Amino acid sequence: MVSRYIAEYESTANLLPGQSLDWLNALRAEAFTKFSTQGFPSLREEEWRYTNVSAIEKKLFSPQFNVETSTVDKQWLDTYRLENALTVVFVDGHFSKELSTLENVVDMSILGMADALEQQPELVKQYLGQAVSNEEHGFVAFNTAWFTDGLFVHIPANQILDRPIQLLHLVTQADLLATSRNILVVDEMAEVKVIETFVGVDDAYLSAAVTEVFVGKNADLTLYKMQSEGEKAYHFGGTYIKQARDSRFKHHNFAFGGLLARNDIHTDLDVASECELNGLALGIKRQHMDNHTLINHNQPHAISRELYKYVLDQRARGVFQGRVVVAEDAQKTDSEMNNRNLLLSNDSEVDTKPQLEIYADDVKCAHGVTVGQLDEKSIFYLQSRCVDEETARNMLTFAFANEMVDKVKIKALHDQLLEQLLKCFPQTGVDKAWL
Amino acid sequence: MLSIENLHAGVDDKAILKGLNLQINPGEVHAVMGPNGAGKSTLSNVLSGKPGYNITEGKVTYMGQDLLAMDPEIRAREGVFQAFQYPVEIPGVSNIYLLKAALNSIRKHQGLDEVDAMDFLTMVKDKIKLLQMDEKFLYRAVNEGFSGGEKKRNEILQAAILEPKLCVLDETDSGLDIDALKIVAEGINSLRSPDRSFLMITHYQRLLDYVEPDFVHVLADGQIVKSGGPELALELESKGYHWIEGQAA
Repeated sequence: MVSRYIAEYESTANLLPGQSLDWLNALRAEAFTKFSTQGFPSLREEEWRYTNVSAIEKKLFSPQFNVETSTVDKQWLDTYRLENALTVVFVDGHFSKELSTLENVVDMSILGMADALEQQPELVKQYLGQAVSNEEHGFVAFNTAWFTDGLFVHIPANQILDRPIQLLHLVTQADLLATSRNILVVDEMAEVKVIETFVGVDDAYLSAAVTEVFVGKNADLTLYKMQSEGEKAYHFGGTYIKQARDSRFKHHNFAFGGLLARNDIHTDLDVASECELNGLALGIKRQHMDNHTLINHNQPHAISRELYKYVLDQRARGVFQGRVVVAEDAQKTDSEMNNRNLLLSNDSEVDTKPQLEIYADDVKCAHGVTVGQLDEKSIFYLQSRCVDEETARNMLTFAFANEMVDKVKIKALHDQLLEQLLKCFPQTGVDKAWL
Repeated sequence: MLSIENLHAGVDDKAILKGLNLQINPGEVHAVMGPNGAGKSTLSNVLSGKPGYNITEGKVTYMGQDLLAMDPEIRAREGVFQAFQYPVEIPGVSNIYLLKAALNSIRKHQGLDEVDAMDFLTMVKDKIKLLQMDEKFLYRAVNEGFSGGEKKRNEILQAAILEPKLCVLDETDSGLDIDALKIVAEGINSLRSPDRSFLMITHYQRLLDYVEPDFVHVLADGQIVKSGGPELALELESKGYHWIEGQAA
């Protein structure tokens, strides 16, 4: 079924970056073989049983190699550019130096992946494919074989970045394939905040990004993702994290756009490290929103907190698979996972599967799932306080989702998320000025 | 102000109110007492328009209008306020947001402009002192994590801000220790005025030591079986509800 993709790959492979690097060619070849034989993930795979990506197989999305950035709608771009951030812009899968704002970057690396492969190949080699292997599934192999560019960030030890780094991915044309491979390395004691923003045209395209993250000893990384792809887009975003001892990783994952969107967030925890995974998925019309998280407690004393919320209306469908694995050596693990789902229509649906696998005996692990509608008692209470029923429903829906937005402390991003949230659901009577 | 005539109401096939009559004039404070299961909460809920009750007979006239024909939010905007026995927790909606939304709904209903933000805040801070609540309460989610006493105080705070014409207080005294009861009673007393009426539904006589009613009614098996002045409450306190239930039968 993927023969068209194979043919397309063979005709464009010579345009991919890093051709002169043998190790990379070998890695790409291995990935290509894996993808050629296995294809995209199928419903037969346990981790994909609720998400059918065969529509991607039936179409052909193609990468673009002659990207013209002068025609990009600057006004559109600027609505997503965050104030005070070091913004790295990718247009149709390629880094654009002209559109990026990377002034005054010293003592650290923030550069496009194609450039990094030319300028610092040995450093890239240390990390590429180390947080996730091609064996993971078809999308990872696909991405490794075919990535056209991406972001390479290396924050050396003890550096504390006061401005966030924003990766702004734009897709400007139909039927495009945008594959970016990103590497974020935060060395010992360093601190940084990174924001991934995905936006695109309202035609069908495929955005398949893989981000490998390395958080060093006692380092601190907060990663935000705002996925606001066009309404016919397919989105795959894999984020694979290696956390060293005493490190802290926080993820705020907002899934708003796309027709079918899947996120993988997998983290490996070393001794006494902490991770916090927050997620909000909003689905309307026929959107399919899938989040797959895996937290590996490999070592003792690590802490994990996870809260994923879904709000689904009309015929939208949500999937949440959350796995927490506590290895035999991971004593004194402290883990909590929660998934809360609000279904606003009879035709919306969610499949939720929290999984705890515990092999240690002295741990504190909890998980909870709720699936429900708006609370009728709350609606009546608001009505008894003069608020009409429609407004009451909007207020309660908003309040449910806003808990996740409120966790974001970067003001410019918070305001942008609020804007997106208000766009997704009718908000008659919800006065933004009061929030 | 409020006239209840021959009200019959129930849940599913079960009749709870069985021909209740009650007349409340402007400025009056009425206490309705009664044993568990007499229909006290049903009366309160039917007046505020809570879904789930069947009204099979009778009528309720409020300020010359058919109260039962109005949606709950219209009743509230027209000045009927129910203080709940069990106020609901609403995570994600702050107290101040709800108060503003409620007040502006009333103002819109009256054809007035939205309240000025500064005036509103000054007014709210003024009222919150009355209930001896911390200003931080305003920015917390409605009733979330509040103690029983804080929830009841919050209900009275809402009444103080919304300035209703008719306050229906459903067991506002239940679950309060004596200090909290005094604060709530003080709040209620400060709201008394010649054009505002109260219907206080209670199981215990003690509230009436602090908020003196003009009339006391005894509700038993869905009907008002006895009415009188404040002395009736004391008589009930000493003789117990069995005395009344015996009379009704």
